Amino acid sequence: MITVEQVTKRYGTTVVVDDVSLELPRGGVTSVIGPNGAGKSTLLSVVARLLPAESGRVLLDGADVARTPGRELARRLGVLRQDNHLAVRLTVRDLVTLGRYPYSRGRTTPDDVAHVDAAVARLDLGGLEHRYLDELSGGQRQRAFVAMVMAQDTEYVLLDEPLNNLDMTHARDMMRTVRRAADELGRTVVVVLHDVNFASCWSDRIVAMRDGRVEVQGPPSEVIDTDVLRRVYDDEITVREVDGRRVALYYT
Amino acid sequence: MPEPLRLSLDDADARSGPVSGPSSGRSTGALRDPGDTRDPRGRRVRLVLLALVVLAVVACAAFLLLDVQGAWSYVLGLRSRTLGALLVVALAIAVSTVVFQTVTENRILTPSIMGFDALYVLVQTVAVFTLGAVGLSGVPAPVQFGVTLVVMLGCSVALFAWIFGAARRSVHLLVLVGVVLGVLLRSLTAMLQRMIDPNEFQVLQARLFASFTGVDPALLGVSGILLVGTCWWLWRRRHELDVLALGRPNAVALGVEHRRRVMTLLVAVSLLVSVSTALVGPITFFGLLVANLAYVLTGSSKHAVTLPTAALTAVVVLVGGQAVLDHVLSMGTVLSVVIELCGGIVFIVLLVASGRRR
Repeated sequence: MITVEQVTKRYGTTVVVDDVSLELPRGGVTSVIGPNGAGKSTLLSVVARLLPAESGRVLLDGADVARTPGRELARRLGVLRQDNHLAVRLTVRDLVTLGRYPYSRGRTTPDDVAHVDAAVARLDLGGLEHRYLDELSGGQRQRAFVAMVMAQDTEYVLLDEPLNNLDMTHARDMMRTVRRAADELGRTVVVVLHDVNFASCWSDRIVAMRDGRVEVQGPPSEVIDTDVLRRVYDDEITVREVDGRRVALYYT
Repeated sequence: MPEPLRLSLDDADARSGPVSGPSSGRSTGALRDPGDTRDPRGRRVRLVLLALVVLAVVACAAFLLLDVQGAWSYVLGLRSRTLGALLVVALAIAVSTVVFQTVTENRILTPSIMGFDALYVLVQTVAVFTLGAVGLSGVPAPVQFGVTLVVMLGCSVALFAWIFGAARRSVHLLVLVGVVLGVLLRSLTAMLQRMIDPNEFQVLQARLFASFTGVDPALLGVSGILLVGTCWWLWRRRHELDVLALGRPNAVALGVEHRRRVMTLLVAVSLLVSVSTALVGPITFFGLLVANLAYVLTGSSKHAVTLPTAALTAVVVLVGGQAVLDHVLSMGTVLSVVIELCGGIVFIVLLVASGRRR
């Protein structure tokens, strides 16, 4: 379980995450939605100890992430941030293999190789393994990074906008991969999403943020709703039910 | 096999529609043999390393043995001392540059470009200014070396921590910082040099050119020990360096204590550069040259590959260049000039190329 206790994070004088308390139970897919600048990514970074919080703390199964040794945490929590621009040239396989670093410390065992193979297959990267990342399209690169996090084999997986740069087919495949990681592998996945419809169709819980606070949380059936979305986005958004899924029509 | 396994992966954007049939044989022909999962670069890396080892040995042999006139024992003794200095400098600069570029997540900057050479010149000038040429010559060489080393180490660690300690900044801003810092340090140096007695200025000037001959054997020994120790420590962290190259967020996510590790690595880099600079004087672009040659030659970013490749390349270029210039062309002192010229051109090319990419 991820427990966020009264976390506040400022950049200068701007409060980005404002006294947020949140509990995310084990298992399932949780989507974090909200308008630009709502503090979604910052909250995710604080949970993953990539950013220090000004006050408050984050507990992972009861252990404070800011105090847990990084190496131990790296075996329990994997995280991928939005922009991943590398200064070095790596192949897809090299990158995914680095996901095993918390276990292998560089000495790759057959077990590590098996995990890398599985992650490569899961993200559908078989034919790209020996290509350099800078030779790939944005979407392929995105998948390679997610494969690295999957190879890390952590119980908790945090993904910040994994659908960036993905076309609709690959976006759907990515959400399917996320879903299967939760269902088949028992991972607890938290994804930051921009498209509320992907959140609606694939997640068990939705956390909607606004102005650094959690505005609403609950199952998609409760959150994807005209009244709720008005509170979150300040906008009138029609919600329809299509084939048993709630879909927001925000295109016009 | 879990459900939609697609084989048409060469360019997902070119895909014409949702394909989800399990391994439809549609596009296997367009791919490399799917059974070939071996990394095609392994062979190339081995070949490059082998060739470099051979070249390095040839270069050292040529440097020692070509064109010997007079007593062999005397010439060999003299030359092996110079060779030692060349090897120390080659290894120190190559390794420190690769590590520095990994830690700072760029492939254009080197410690020297960030104002390191200007720092060395300032330290030397202050020494001559305060002690005087006569006073300085009274100080034994090991003490001079030690003091220079400690001062350089302290200043550079402070400098790097200040510049690279905070968030990641644009490479172009950092180049600018380096240039401005260099100007500042050089201006301070120039001011002191104006006030120095002309005779003492002559002494100072002689100290400021990179020179591989006439290195004190005791200093060479100390430098060698420091170098081997530091390189061994860095070599054991080669996998951690691979992870650090992914940038801070990914490195932290993979369990590297980023801040602490970066600081200790920068200390190691400073130590290496200080040893090299205190031993023979500043060489600005050499590290840039060999590090980028290593990346290009091997096409790899693994430090298990790039560190030895860069080191061997450095030995080949430095020792080989010195052998050719000394014994074939009889132009002993111009090697650092040639290297600076080539390195400077590489630097400009890299800078222009990185500007074009964005």
